[in-house]
This record gives sequence, structure tokens and C-alpha cells, in this order.
Amino acid sequence: MAKYLLLKHYRGGPTPVNDVPMDQWTPEEISAHVQYMEDFAARLQETGEFVDGQAVAPEGTFVRYDGEGRPPVTDGPFAETKDLIAGWMLIDVDSYDRALELAGELSAAPGAGGKPLHEWLEVRPLLTLPPTVTD
Amino acid sequence: MDEALLRSLTPSVLGILVRRGADFAAAEDAVQDALVEAVRVWPADPPRDPKGWLITVAWRRFLDAARADTARRRREDVVDEEPEAAPVSAVDDTLQLYFLCAHPSLTPSSAVALTLRAVGGLTTRQIAQAYLVPEATMARRISRAKRTVSGVRFDQPGDVATVLRVLYLVFNEGYSGDVDLAAEAIRLTRQLAAAIDHPEVAGLLALMLLHHARRVSRTAPDGGLVPLAEQDRARWDTTLIAEGVEILQAALARDQLGEFQAQAAIAALHADAQRAEETDWVQIVEWYDELARLTDSPVVRLNRAVAVGEADGPHAGLAALAPLDDSLPRHTAVAAYLHERAGDLETAARLYAEAARKAPNLAERDYLTRQAARLNSRSR
Repeated sequence: MAKYLLLKHYRGGPTPVNDVPMDQWTPEEISAHVQYMEDFAARLQETGEFVDGQAVAPEGTFVRYDGEGRPPVTDGPFAETKDLIAGWMLIDVDSYDRALELAGELSAAPGAGGKPLHEWLEVRPLLTLPPTVTD
Repeated sequence: MDEALLRSLTPSVLGILVRRGADFAAAEDAVQDALVEAVRVWPADPPRDPKGWLITVAWRRFLDAARADTARRRREDVVDEEPEAAPVSAVDDTLQLYFLCAHPSLTPSSAVALTLRAVGGLTTRQIAQAYLVPEATMARRISRAKRTVSGVRFDQPGDVATVLRVLYLVFNEGYSGDVDLAAEAIRLTRQLAAAIDHPEVAGLLALMLLHHARRVSRTAPDGGLVPLAEQDRARWDTTLIAEGVEILQAALARDQLGEFQAQAAIAALHADAQRAEETDWVQIVEWYDELARLTDSPVVRLNRAVAVGEADGPHAGLAALAPLDDSLPRHTAVAAYLHERAGDLETAARLYAEAARKAPNLAERDYLTRQAARLNSRSR
């Protein structure tokens, strides 16, 4: 049992096979895509493997400490940021192979022309607590 | 309100319902309902016969649910009367439940969840919190697991080894929440040991007790990991150690060695050393050789390399490490340690830093990073 984060990137990963920007799709294709994502999450809830899924806005603000008694300094958004997270799904599965299998399914979400996106998803294991038996 | 007593009654109550003809999934739901009801009612109105109370309430819940179900399906073939349970002991029922909940058709995570609920009497919410997943997810996982085993005959003999693997997972997975999973694993293994006389069950129980005995000394006040050699051995729980050693000796005397007995023997040798320097590493290497014969696990050979390093010196340890696949978890950490012992501090520092990047958990990463930092700050 292990938790994995399936990360979807706006950019930063390799280019998907079906690389047409979403605003060039038909409304029906967008609906089909959204439906696929919802069905996928629902299916994982059904199998008892779903932990969380969220999408995040592309524009964010960088913040840092600026010394005692001073408000934090903000900067950005930076249009040139190379790696941009679009959202994630957190899963709890029996094996790394199962995490890959699910990421593969999620990457098959339909895009332009109703064809699979073949989008690159990043699979990152969550760090756990240490096991009890180590010797 | 004795929650431990309540939960210890769970398997036999469930067993009785199944013997009376309830299907496992429905009976399990009914017992959960009865447990929840007991938690609500018992504090103000404790029953004279807790088990009898649970059986009555659970059976009533089962019948209510079955009637509702029957009405829905417009069928009337459910027996209303309370049939006599077949004359089978509670011990046998308990054992059958362990087998069913660890059935080989279940994935490890499903078997763990089902065991904790149906045998352990934990609620879905408690299990979900322990494993840090939403309650809805855990509820689905458990109901799928029940569907998976619904066709399995309750009186079918099972394989103890599958049960032990499930209990070991519960013990070893470091998650925590409201429920102390390590303590729960020990309770369930004790209960299993009372139901079946088997040297590996005893071996696993001994292993758990011996590791549990060191628990408080494994963590520094700041939450950091304290390795075995640096633990304050005065804080080890000598009562648990004595019990673990006694159980292990009785098991070993039967001359049916298995992996859990061998692992427990290694833990017992560590427990036996008053100071880290007094550890009998030669004997520990011999036990790792036994373990390697029993399991052929690469992790065992990795741990063996550490023991060889202690018994015969770091160069012998590095030689034992050399043939192993360096992609094994903790391989780099072991290499770093052996290089430090061999006096090659520069290589050790580099390997500690690399091992930290690959560490599967935060506590190990922090520990390894500190090791790298210690060596790096020394050489400056």
C-alpha cells in the first residue's frame, strides 16, 4: 500500500501526442474530456483507491519572508516558468505498477477529435513514515 | 466501557452469525451496527453478558436488514426464527475469520482493511484515519473485499502464511492516527496464537513484541530517527522482551524454522545486548544466512551485508554488498555506512547525500542528510 501523486502539468513535461490546445476543441470534445476525468475519479472511489483530486489555477504568486515586522514580499506570476502544475490526483494503491496502470488510463482522456490525448503524467511516490522492522 | 473487551468479542460474534446461516457480508455489517450500539448503550447500561448482548443485537440487525432486503425483492425465504448455531467452538470461528479476511483473492490493502474491521472490530472511520484515506474510499474498499470473498466457504481451511503476511503489514506500516496499528497488530496476532498452535504464528508474535519493546527509543524528542546502535537501551521494555524471547524459544524448540522465527531470533539477539558493542554479530550473520535460505529476498541479503560489516569488518561488508543490485532500497545508505566505517569519509558523505535523495520516507531522509552534513562539516 502506497500513495502516489499523479501530476498533470500545463507545461514542463514532454509534448502530448494529441497536442491541440483545448480552446481549439469542439464544445462536445471538451465535455467528453471533463466527463472522462469525472468517471475516472468515480471509478477509483469505487475501487477504494481514491484519496484526493484537485485542479489548480495556472497563475500563482511567489511569497517570501522579508524580516521581522515586515509584510511578506510577493512576486510573480512568472509567465516564463517552465514547469507548471495543472492539478493532481492522489491515489492509494497496492503497487507501483498499479499506479502506472492508472496514470496510463488517465492519460487516455479524449482530446481533439475525440482521440486520446496521450498526455504525459508524472507519477511521484509520497514519502511515508519509516517501517517498524528494519533489522 | 471496555473497548478492548468489546473488540475481542467481534470475531466470535461474527462467526456465530455466519454459522447460523447469515452471509458473511450482511453478518459483518450487522456486527458493526451492534458494536456501534454497544458503544452508545453500554456506558450507562452495561450488560451482564456482553457477548450474549452482542449476538442478540447483531442477529436482530441482520434479520431487519434481511427482511428489508426480502421486501425489496418480494421474496420471503428468510427464516425469522433464531436457529441454533452449529456446535463449533468460538476458537474455530475466529480462525476461519482470519483465513477469510486474508483470502488470497484479496489484494494486500483489501485484506488489511477487512481484517481490521471484521476481526479487529475497528470502525471504517478508524481504519480510514489510520491509513490516511477518506472514509468513503475505505468503505468502498471494505465492501469490495467482502464481495470478493462472498463465494468463499466459511469452513474452508486456509493458509496461515497469508494471514501472517497481513498482520505483518498492519504492524510494519508506519501510519498512525487515532488507532495504534502496531498495538492492534499485536492484539490480533495474540488472538490468532490462541486459536492455532503454529510455530510461525508464535514467531511473528515474538518478532512484534521484540520490536515493539524498542519503540520509545526509536524516535528522538525532535521526531528524528534513532538508529539501533544509538538507542538508549535502558528505555527498552524488558517485560515485552522477556515475553518475546520466551515465545520465540518455545517456537524454535519445535524445529520448524520459518522466516518470522528467524527474524525474531535476530531481534532477540539485539535485545540481548546491554550495549551496542556487545551485539553478537557473528550469530546474527548466521541467522541472516538462514533467512536468505528461507526467503531468498534481496532485502535480507542487504541487511546481511550490514551484519557482515559488523562481524568481519567494513571491507567484508562491502564485499558482501558488491554482488547486490544497487537499485535496492537502502542499498546506497548501507554503502555509505560501510565506507564511513572503512575510513573513506569523502565517498561516505557523497553516498549519504545520494541515499537521502532516494529515501522512501521523511525520517530516513532527514537522518541520512544529517549523516552527510556531519561528514561534510568535519572535512571542512
